[in-house]
Amino acid sequence: MKLGALFASIALATGLATTAFAADKTKVGFIFVGPVGDGGWTYEHNQGRLAVEEHFGDQVETIFQESVPEGPDAARAMTQMALQGADLIFTTSFGYMEQTLAVAGKFPNVKFEHATGYKTAPNVSVYSARFYEGRAVQGYIAGRMTKTNVVGYIASFPIPEVVRGINSAYIHAKQVNPDVQFKIIWAYTWFDPAKEADAAKTLIEQGADVILQHTDSTAPLAAAAKVKNVIGFGQASDMAEYKDGPRVTSIIDNWAPYYVARTQAVIDGSWSTTNTWDGIAPGMVEMGEITDRVPADVKAAALALKDAIADGNYHPFTGPLNKQDGSAWLAEGETADDGTLAGMNFYVEGLTESIPN
Amino acid sequence: MDLSSINPVLLLASLMVAATPVLLAALGELVVERAGVLNLGVEGMMITGAICGFIIAVETGSPVVGFFCAALGGAVLSLLFALLTQFALANQVASGLALTLFGLGLSALLGQSYVGIKPPQTDSLNIPLLSDIPVLGPILFSHDWMVYFGLGLTAAVWAMLKYTRAGLVLRAVGENHDAAHALGYKVVRVRIMAILFGGACAGLGGAYISLVRVPQWTEGMTAGAGWIALALVVFASWKAGRVLLGAYLFGGITVLQLNLQAAGVDIPVEYLSMSPYLITIVVLVIMSADRSRAPASLGRPFHASS
Repeated sequence: MKLGALFASIALATGLATTAFAADKTKVGFIFVGPVGDGGWTYEHNQGRLAVEEHFGDQVETIFQESVPEGPDAARAMTQMALQGADLIFTTSFGYMEQTLAVAGKFPNVKFEHATGYKTAPNVSVYSARFYEGRAVQGYIAGRMTKTNVVGYIASFPIPEVVRGINSAYIHAKQVNPDVQFKIIWAYTWFDPAKEADAAKTLIEQGADVILQHTDSTAPLAAAAKVKNVIGFGQASDMAEYKDGPRVTSIIDNWAPYYVARTQAVIDGSWSTTNTWDGIAPGMVEMGEITDRVPADVKAAALALKDAIADGNYHPFTGPLNKQDGSAWLAEGETADDGTLAGMNFYVEGLTESIPN
Repeated sequence: MDLSSINPVLLLASLMVAATPVLLAALGELVVERAGVLNLGVEGMMITGAICGFIIAVETGSPVVGFFCAALGGAVLSLLFALLTQFALANQVASGLALTLFGLGLSALLGQSYVGIKPPQTDSLNIPLLSDIPVLGPILFSHDWMVYFGLGLTAAVWAMLKYTRAGLVLRAVGENHDAAHALGYKVVRVRIMAILFGGACAGLGGAYISLVRVPQWTEGMTAGAGWIALALVVFASWKAGRVLLGAYLFGGITVLQLNLQAAGVDIPVEYLSMSPYLITIVVLVIMSADRSRAPASLGRPFHASS
């Protein structure tokens, strides 16, 4: 697909000439890792982009490029966007981190916002959502709902973001179901419906009756829908089309308010480097409606857990917790600090597999 | 590590499902390349087939009609490539790449209102008696009919190329189009028919992903399967039997590595992840040590005046 990106860049470059007259508008660019129609991660980022367009109307012009591969190729896409006159560029995947910093160094007047990363610069901010808060609720439901005590987890890449989600889900499943076992498949992709479906099928064949996913498409839900008594969760987006089937709730990323606020900051000239990490409370992480497949008492308890996280009474990583090797991590009542969470590269005690490095 | 959780019967059964899309697309491309044409648009034709098949299957409620229209959709798209390369004598590499980009865009456009819809189920054949045989039954005799179609097509392509006059003409065109032309064969006509066949096969492969393997429509859902099919044809030395072997090997190891991961086998996941590509290439490269080579006219434009 590298050549695909090349052709798309050429198309963008030729667009340069026609859009040059609109120089007084603020131009906001978006780099997407998947297609905007993936129904998950990229879909929600694109919803945020559309919200920016709607909020600012003629004041702002947005441009985007979809299915940009992570890695060196992304740098060209960003450079093209910066050359096109973008004032603010959102790079919306973890794997764009080094490219974002490199391109930002060459265009000091362009502001960059990198999603889910942790490296900042004078013109690079980072932002992410505390998805692990939603994962805690999912893990709770998974622990209560599983009959086989096997929970399947489709992971994407071994990065802190994904590891955090696995830990959070496992801790809360284990709390209510000490016998629960997690089977984890690393798909090494964010988006590949056929592979995601195969992974879900494999997990189901190996006895999992709850499927959690950290990949972007709805394919695992489609695979789960083919089998009776298997439930799954919407990832990044509501995935409401599977409400009648396996989807019992979902984690929804709501980027719109953040994108609008940051665009406003660029227009005002008040933009500065920030490190944003918001969760359920400010609304960056939302939970989709819990369906009737979940018994009423489980649903009520799950909602109570969500509320406790939202109002700050409960932190999903609260001690006593040990690391996988049995060494102590958090003492009784102690909560994890953001620094440890941001760089999380270990499993908690009880998970049996090891993290690929 | 708990290998007992892997059920070998289910594993072998899912292998055949995982291999079918790539097998179909690769067989089509095999015929195209044996006719001396390099069509890099497999990915685009697959995804177009995936959405055409999906739309028609949803609208008519019949997967069979869906697959038929997927083949038609893939063939119509490949016609564009045929016009560009056979009449306008455009560069085949560039035209093929353009076809992929066009197919990806077109399918996204067509599929906008079909996200999240469930397609009608493609029934398993469940051949009476045969599918009741323990072990062999679930592995071999209880798939959907497209799996058997893929196997049948492999045999048909192999026999056609090896034993029939039509196959001989096709190979002659691919090996030396000037000689074939001098003998009075219609080089351009043969090539167009091969390109259409390749498009139809790619369309079927794509529709297998959207109608059976996943099954749903998502933009860009073939996610590189077309490129794997292309590579497979080369590594299989342009032989139908080896394409089948390669596709099953690739599909099989893909499914196996997922199973090993889920069972928690103590092999680094990175190695498991790359194993389908690595092992398929190694096996096919070793097999191609028998001096197999590409069709001599592969990728060269032909005009009767030259």
